[in-house]
Amino acid sequence: MNTTKDPSQTRVVVGMSGGVDSSVAAYLLKKQGYDVIGIFMKNWDDTDDSGVCTATEDYEDVIKVCNQIGIPYYAVNFEQQYWDKVFTYFLEEYKAGRTPNPDVMCNKEIKFKAFLEHALKLGADYLATGHYARVEVRDDETRMLRGIDQNKDQTYFLNQLSQEQLSKVMFPIGELEKPRVREIAEEAGLATAKKKDSTGICFIGERNFKEFLGQYLPAQPGNMETFDGTVIGKHDGLMYYTIGQRHGLGIGGDGDPWFVLGKDLKRNVLLVGQGFHNDKLYSTSLKAVKTGFTTHRDMPKTFQATAKFRYRQQDVPVTVEITGDDEWYVTFNEPTRAITPGQSVVLYDGDECLGGATIDEVFKDSKKLTYVG
Amino acid sequence: MKEIYLDHAATTPMHPLVISKMVESMESVYGNPSSIHRIGRFARKHLDDARHILAKSIGAKDQEIIVTGGGSEADNLAITGTAYAKQNEGRHIITTVVEHHAVLHTCQQLEKEGYEVTYLPVDETGRVSLEDVKKALRDDTILVTIMFGNNEVGTIQPIKEIGELLKEHSATFHTDAVQAFGILPIDVNDLHVDLLSVSSHKLNGPKGIGFLYQRDQTKLKPLIYGGEQERKRRAGTENVPAVVGFAEAVAIAQRNFEEKQQAYKEFHQHFLKKLDQAEIDYHINGNEQYCLPHVMNISFKNMDVESFLVNLDMAGIAASSGSACTAGSIDPSHVLVAMYGSEADELRNSIRYSFGYGLDLEDIDTAAERTIEIVKRLAK
Repeated sequence: MNTTKDPSQTRVVVGMSGGVDSSVAAYLLKKQGYDVIGIFMKNWDDTDDSGVCTATEDYEDVIKVCNQIGIPYYAVNFEQQYWDKVFTYFLEEYKAGRTPNPDVMCNKEIKFKAFLEHALKLGADYLATGHYARVEVRDDETRMLRGIDQNKDQTYFLNQLSQEQLSKVMFPIGELEKPRVREIAEEAGLATAKKKDSTGICFIGERNFKEFLGQYLPAQPGNMETFDGTVIGKHDGLMYYTIGQRHGLGIGGDGDPWFVLGKDLKRNVLLVGQGFHNDKLYSTSLKAVKTGFTTHRDMPKTFQATAKFRYRQQDVPVTVEITGDDEWYVTFNEPTRAITPGQSVVLYDGDECLGGATIDEVFKDSKKLTYVG
Repeated sequence: MKEIYLDHAATTPMHPLVISKMVESMESVYGNPSSIHRIGRFARKHLDDARHILAKSIGAKDQEIIVTGGGSEADNLAITGTAYAKQNEGRHIITTVVEHHAVLHTCQQLEKEGYEVTYLPVDETGRVSLEDVKKALRDDTILVTIMFGNNEVGTIQPIKEIGELLKEHSATFHTDAVQAFGILPIDVNDLHVDLLSVSSHKLNGPKGIGFLYQRDQTKLKPLIYGGEQERKRRAGTENVPAVVGFAEAVAIAQRNFEEKQQAYKEFHQHFLKKLDQAEIDYHINGNEQYCLPHVMNISFKNMDVESFLVNLDMAGIAASSGSACTAGSIDPSHVLVAMYGSEADELRNSIRYSFGYGLDLEDIDTAAERTIEIVKRLAK
């Protein structure tokens, strides 16, 4: 980060969602004396039952908070870009029987690309967001570190950010624990201090996920089977299930609970089995594509790291082999449960998030697991 | 940094003389104009004097003025009031696609109630054709509502010609003159309109007040019921200080039409000359011949309104573009869509500058310079 410039001469655009995290991010920057501008992004066009645009309430909160802090606020519309870059990908992945991660794509293509470009057009030196992550300049590069609050750390979703993007980014609340963020909001009397955290995928919001997806993709119900071909029940459409899922299967009976083990796209069959630790759920390595490092340090062809395969998982030790221009082969030290194609594999060295990729194929003892999608 | 307000089509600052009149009125005229006592009569006199000024400004009789809570209410009353009053004569309404939302959304509501609305198209300059109006007219057409001058691009519609055409037809003719009133002289008898909407805050008067001109004998059903104010056409105790301020603003506006028009034309030319000198790639949206002189809508090549407007704001220039949705982002202007189609670049690169009270050539100069600086920096 450029520290030679006085904060008052440094313009920071804060991406404000109308939530408490970005509110506090803006508040802290303003207190530090930066030239702060709040901007609300509208990425999704939706109206509720009474015809009111669902983004209205959030934008009104942005207005309140910005007026309290004393910063100008604006809005920007990225609906088109979001549809093209994020939502289209999201649907394509589901169609292919995988479990996509739209938040990762949104950060890569919208928040830290289209929005960053917009911020730069407004003369911004930095773009700040309310993510739980940290950036630190060390040895001539910007490193992305996990947020102090281990529960809230969002580096998993930010894994696709490049060195160039990171060099223009600030995460003012990454040094704080979530309860402290709420406390600061309350002390400052910010309108969003007690606002509920948003949950789920942003464009779906509080709605029923099945219903939402069904509006865009035809659901094809089919059979649920065990690996030996016994029909156990019916599924509502393969896209509604993800590997390792327990809830929503509707299978009762004796013995261990049932889990989703895989999908047979050709036969439109959902493969299920009993037991959390079902052997079919475990794999030992994966092939990943759409790879990206946050650092521009030269990475060795093979290196040790820890990895997360889903958000909020504890990371596990792995060996990474760079096998192509855009391909990694990641071997786990221990067999690992429910690795799911479409999700991100994100690499860490201690607190530093080194980068990530999209899980493409999953292997057990070098044999590809064809049933996981 | 000097802030320059170039958004007078959105709203205007109050004229100092209007403010002092209103303060005076608030201090001394507190009675209810409907009261029979001396204090009530005193208020009534102020109200009547103000109404007379309003009426005279458009060549109307005092009793033909219905004071409303602004331009949108006047439009609503004109359209819904006519539709309800004449529902047994027909249910067909003619309007244009470039009307203000106060007209469009009212028409859309009436469609839900079983009325049929014809939305006439406009040409590339935003003008409706007389021929189209003629073709759309039917025996059961009860109302034709077409704006006088467009708020976004300034295009003036052939109101007088339409008025002539409708002389032979039973349809009521309404024009929304909110943006034109105070800038151009308007005479309701010359134009042959039956209803005409006006808003005070567009001409340096207070906000929240306006009027609907209703020609004698024109059928209209009220929207607001209660007391007998405004001859039972609009209930509610009159906002005397606001009406007094409104009338003062109208009186001031009536005094210097030519001077204003001249000044705005000069602003226009000066601004564009500056752009030409700086070799900015732009074109004007609207109609060169039939245009409100205070509205200047410019399409800048390779610009994007969202970053453009923010940059203008940060440079102290208040201008606008289209209308902001409730979530703050800028929706493409329905007026520009009507003129150019829904895929046109103009939808994303047009800025409206509008002139008014308090501006001088030096301000225009500064605004042009700051605009040029931004365009040169951002146009890709």
